[in-house]
Amino acid sequence: MARIIKNGDIVQDTWTTLQLAEGETPEAVALPAGPVIFPLAVWQARKAEILARSEAVGLLIDAGERVEDVAPDLGHFTVVAVNFPKFVHGQGFSTASLLRQRYAFQGEVRAVGDVVHDALFYMKRVGFDAFALKEGKSLEYAVEKGLSVFSEAYQASTDRPVPYFRRRSA
Amino acid sequence: MYRYDDIDRQFLRERVAQYRDQVRRFQSGELTADEFRPLRLQNGLYIQRHAPMFRIAVPYGQLNSEQIRKLAFVARTYDKGYGHFTTRHNMQFNWPKLEDTPDILAHLAEVNMHSIQTSGNDIRNITTDHFAGVAADELIDTRPLAEILRQWSTFHPEFAFLPRKFKIAISGSRQDRTVTWFNDIGLHLVEGEGGEIGFRVIVGGGLGRTPIRGETIRDYLPWQHILTYCECILRVYNRFGRRDNAFKARIKILVQALGIEEFRRQVEEEWAHQKDGPATLTQAEYDRVAAHFAPPAYETLPDADFCFEQHKHDDPAFARWASRCVHAHKVPGYAAITLSLKAHGKNPGDITAEQMDVVADLADRYSFGELRVSHEQNVILADVRKTDLYTVWHVAKAAGLATPTLGLLTSIICCPGGDLCDLANAKSTPIAKAIQARFDDLDYLFDLGEIDLNISGCMNACGHHHVGNIGILGVDRNEAEFYQVTLGGRQGNNAQLGKVIGPSFAAEEMPDVVEKIIEVFVANRHADETFLDTFDRIGVAPFKDRVYEGRAHGAAKKAERKVA
Repeated sequence: MARIIKNGDIVQDTWTTLQLAEGETPEAVALPAGPVIFPLAVWQARKAEILARSEAVGLLIDAGERVEDVAPDLGHFTVVAVNFPKFVHGQGFSTASLLRQRYAFQGEVRAVGDVVHDALFYMKRVGFDAFALKEGKSLEYAVEKGLSVFSEAYQASTDRPVPYFRRRSA
Repeated sequence: MYRYDDIDRQFLRERVAQYRDQVRRFQSGELTADEFRPLRLQNGLYIQRHAPMFRIAVPYGQLNSEQIRKLAFVARTYDKGYGHFTTRHNMQFNWPKLEDTPDILAHLAEVNMHSIQTSGNDIRNITTDHFAGVAADELIDTRPLAEILRQWSTFHPEFAFLPRKFKIAISGSRQDRTVTWFNDIGLHLVEGEGGEIGFRVIVGGGLGRTPIRGETIRDYLPWQHILTYCECILRVYNRFGRRDNAFKARIKILVQALGIEEFRRQVEEEWAHQKDGPATLTQAEYDRVAAHFAPPAYETLPDADFCFEQHKHDDPAFARWASRCVHAHKVPGYAAITLSLKAHGKNPGDITAEQMDVVADLADRYSFGELRVSHEQNVILADVRKTDLYTVWHVAKAAGLATPTLGLLTSIICCPGGDLCDLANAKSTPIAKAIQARFDDLDYLFDLGEIDLNISGCMNACGHHHVGNIGILGVDRNEAEFYQVTLGGRQGNNAQLGKVIGPSFAAEEMPDVVEKIIEVFVANRHADETFLDTFDRIGVAPFKDRVYEGRAHGAAKKAERKVA
């Protein structure tokens, strides 16, 4: 079982992510057992069926997909995974910001895909609390160094909703 | 100028530690070249033709004497004894070694300098008026807001991996000296009905490969809202800007694709959520930052200075310099001056370590220890007593910093070009030097009057060729270096892009081409007309006819082909 970073600790990942193989469609793909992170298209096509399984439900938001399209459903999800096709592809930072700031999503927001050590600090700031690091990268080093690069921040974001200038003592 | 406090310094120390660790992991193979690349770019480090190029931030162009002495130290210790000022107020070193770059940043951090976000697809150095705080036509000093924008943009977690780079300029004077129409966001000061300060917000402008004049997204935005409004523009861009093609990834392409109406609708919808939120600026924060830019201890002086007038009368060379390089100041008895980095025969914008030390000494003795860098790649001393100008001029002249051609044909804006830059299609500095050599007669240059000639070695347009009255762009034609000429470009409130006059030229033709353009101007100009005045009156045709005289081009070339 793969390991992820969750709330600053290294833990076993208990979720399965459903991936559509070539030729499979959201309408027809077999739904695996257990807690599953579903692609957005599968969720939209099979909502009732997924909810009837009485399992925890996760959602995958891929690059190019809009969080507002599933906003009314967010209460169903234990996990929302946001995919980074490449680590320099930064759309997911806004997706996570919206999940937390606009829609007040309280569940796990997990970074998946090309997730690298050097993006973790920014990811944590916008509201990610779980990180499935890219294969081959040290989770231990990420926990030790990657999440605490800077001890403060000038601007407001999810983790510090009030900018530094309003928190200055003097 | 802004003085760093503990938290500002702590960020720099943490940044140096982070970068040092990234370099270490790259060298040990933990980071691949592809993984390291965006990280080093966010610290201003390019891997170039000969060596890395290292771009140091000079936020909104402000430096103090201690900082420029440190740049001189870096130039001597880690480079070949010089640096280059860019059109975005930054300093570039062209010869550092990768393994030295963490140490260079550690040295710079000692004087509150850094290279944060000087490259990469993030929010770049904020630019503003190089005369901010002293300009006679200024409505507000933009430096406090530029500093507030700097802090907001530094390590912004949501916008560190944008589709493409993002440039913001802010202008607080009636005459725009900040190229606000050609930035990703331009903030141009306007007064509200009751005299309250606000900004016209311009979005989607840019030079580069696809030059586009920006569009107004909001006519009036009260200053308290600039951070939240910029956040909303950036969020829409970060979500919907193109990432499939680097050439179509700038915000200007998104604005053009959606149309300004639809883009505005999306931004305003986002802003409905953020307006008046915690990131709204407070008067207290403005005042706190503005206190750092309080006027220095000016003496009470008469505006006219007898010595200055007498020296101008007695020394024509000084008078000539003063007519171009001494600028109006809002405090009586003071002037701002430009120390030109456009000496003929030298690379435009280059400054040696020795010159940096001279500038530092002049700043300390005559200008309250501070200086500025202009987007025209010159150094400015903003607060010199008129009575000291003659002395300052002598010192500057001895150091090669008193070329009196500011605003004239040979005060060329020019990027480093193909000699040093990996992106360049063609060399740029040898063209600048050849044109300077051709027009080496000061009387003639002064007679020609104000002409901006800008050169870029590729379409990325670091030399701002599109807004030069005469613009020269290096292009690659069948793996040979050629130069395309544009005419009629301009900066300022009525900023416009120049028009391409026709097929490109070989390097050795360029001095002749410029000479012919100048001949047409001289033959047609009315008394007191500038080059642009004449150009606007007679149009591009007479210039084309003269430059391409005797060569088949356009319709003539087609006809020739048919005959053949």
